[in-house]
Amino acid sequence: MTDARQWLGRYGEDRACEYLVGQGYQILDRNWRYREGELDIVCVLRGTLVFVEVKTRTSLATGSPFDAITKNKLARLRRLAASWCANRQVSNSQVRFDAIGVLVHGGRVTIEHLKQVL
Amino acid sequence: MSLAKTFSVGLYGLTGTVIGVETDISSQLPSFTLVGLPDASLSEATARVRAACTNSGFGFPSKKVVVNLSPAAVPKSGSAFDLAIALSILAAMEVVPKPQLEDLCIIGELGLDGSLRQVPGVLPMVMHARQMGFTSVVCPLGNLSEAGMVEGIQVLGAADLLSIANWLSDRGVLEEPGSKVAAPAVAGNQLDLAQVIGQNQAVEGLIVAAAGGHHFAMVGAPGAGKTMLAERLPSILPALSTEQALEVAAIESIAGNGQVALNLDTQPRFQAPHHSSSTAALIGGGSGVPRPGAVSKAHHGVLFLDEALEFQGHSLDSLREPLESGKVLINRSGGSATFPAKFQLVLAANPCPCGLSGLADRDCTCSAMAIRRYTNRLSGPVLDRIDIRLAIKPVSLGANLGLFDVGPTSAEALARVVRAREAASDRLSSFGYRLNSEVPGPVLRGRLGIGAKALKDLDRMLMAGKTSMRGYDRCLRLAWTIADLEGVKQPGPDQVRIAVSLRGTDNLLGV
Repeated sequence: MTDARQWLGRYGEDRACEYLVGQGYQILDRNWRYREGELDIVCVLRGTLVFVEVKTRTSLATGSPFDAITKNKLARLRRLAASWCANRQVSNSQVRFDAIGVLVHGGRVTIEHLKQVL
Repeated sequence: MSLAKTFSVGLYGLTGTVIGVETDISSQLPSFTLVGLPDASLSEATARVRAACTNSGFGFPSKKVVVNLSPAAVPKSGSAFDLAIALSILAAMEVVPKPQLEDLCIIGELGLDGSLRQVPGVLPMVMHARQMGFTSVVCPLGNLSEAGMVEGIQVLGAADLLSIANWLSDRGVLEEPGSKVAAPAVAGNQLDLAQVIGQNQAVEGLIVAAAGGHHFAMVGAPGAGKTMLAERLPSILPALSTEQALEVAAIESIAGNGQVALNLDTQPRFQAPHHSSSTAALIGGGSGVPRPGAVSKAHHGVLFLDEALEFQGHSLDSLREPLESGKVLINRSGGSATFPAKFQLVLAANPCPCGLSGLADRDCTCSAMAIRRYTNRLSGPVLDRIDIRLAIKPVSLGANLGLFDVGPTSAEALARVVRAREAASDRLSSFGYRLNSEVPGPVLRGRLGIGAKALKDLDRMLMAGKTSMRGYDRCLRLAWTIADLEGVKQPGPDQVRIAVSLRGTDNLLGV
């Protein structure tokens, strides 16, 4: 991965976190790495544990940011979430999977938040 | 609100069902799901619709798109729903206004570039849409003239998705069907009865068959002119009424042989399936959705079976139901379809496998056993329905040299047939029949009874066991048709005598 793309991904995740905090979420973990990948953001709102996948784009030429979230990625997200819960010894908690699309274009940042995508 | 609904018509056989196409767009990861029992070709609509919407400049929602085809339990097939699906999505996206879609029936297949392609079966679809109270229908330009045959509903044709979207938003117009041109007259129809020479008796038999709608069979040596005679039967049949022509056009529309009807063809159809045809080709069938066979394509026309005894026995037997009821019911895993099949049956056969039996100057080489096997292929029940059996003798040298009178032209014969049919329908309308061939025996012998004097010959034949009761009724039917042709009020001894000779014997090959 090139530095520019890494930077963009990081930038998008920062914006997503700001947005979530603004919505009242409490961030528990970021870029949690485990065997097969990483969880972008783990946060909690009123007792519900939320795992967030963030996709950042600078144009819509290749479709919306959400088009990049495939069934396989969602399945991986689910497995990672289970690992996270086991690792942190969290159980009996409501869990939700969200996706956040960040579009950085012409000096403007647009954030779209899809809830319960799995 | 990202919910919208459009309407289309699905066909199963000739039976239409109004299909509601509902779209729901929700904020979710992008996906496009089509539900409501679509078959393989319909499931592929998702790919066509997505590309057509994008390439027409509307884009496609990066959201969860669910399209439901209702009623959800009815199996649906084909590509004719593409356009209704696309417009339903565009309405849910609020690209086109929703109220305009409420009374609109939408038919058409989409290309990836958004162009509209013609689909089979538009005529019966539009007829059903009108029956269900739709005020207008849009279809591909290629189907416009066909759809325009239906009166009482506004029909519009479009070249592509964009032009329909513009029209719905009051920013453009769609094509209307051109003025309805009457079907071109028989001009250029090369087959004429006058071309048949030296077969005057057979020609008269053909005219009787046309006048009374009688099924008939011809038996004779190869080259005697059986096919020539049969091919000229449609030229002496009256033109179809508008209603009949629409029924025929509807069948041709779903048969989908690629021909596009430009206007209503009122010529009775002539179907001559080859003797190797399967039963399904003959009466209709096919996997999944049944398609009409030769008997339905010959609806209100002529079904000609040349070399009738070369057909498979069970194929011939499958003609019994349509001969009896005028329709065929075909059951398939997906459901059952009924097609109309009211045809006039014409059979031609050789007298034996080698074809030479009964000729004065040639010797037949077939064994008695071979002839019996050959003739047994046509079962009694089918034979029973054939009123006229003609023995066609080879044309003699004299006829070839022009020594015989030339027979009537098709136009002359047609005029006689039309007059005779009028006389018959005047007499029979109170009984609920139109043609002499439709009248059942009890009515013939009861209220339509003819004088005992005229029946003397026939009664004697019945007594002597030379004819069955069924053969007796057949003679009565023919006698009426002959009387109608001759302009006589009631059949007399002469007409009955001609009828007896036209009927032949109960054995097809013993004519």
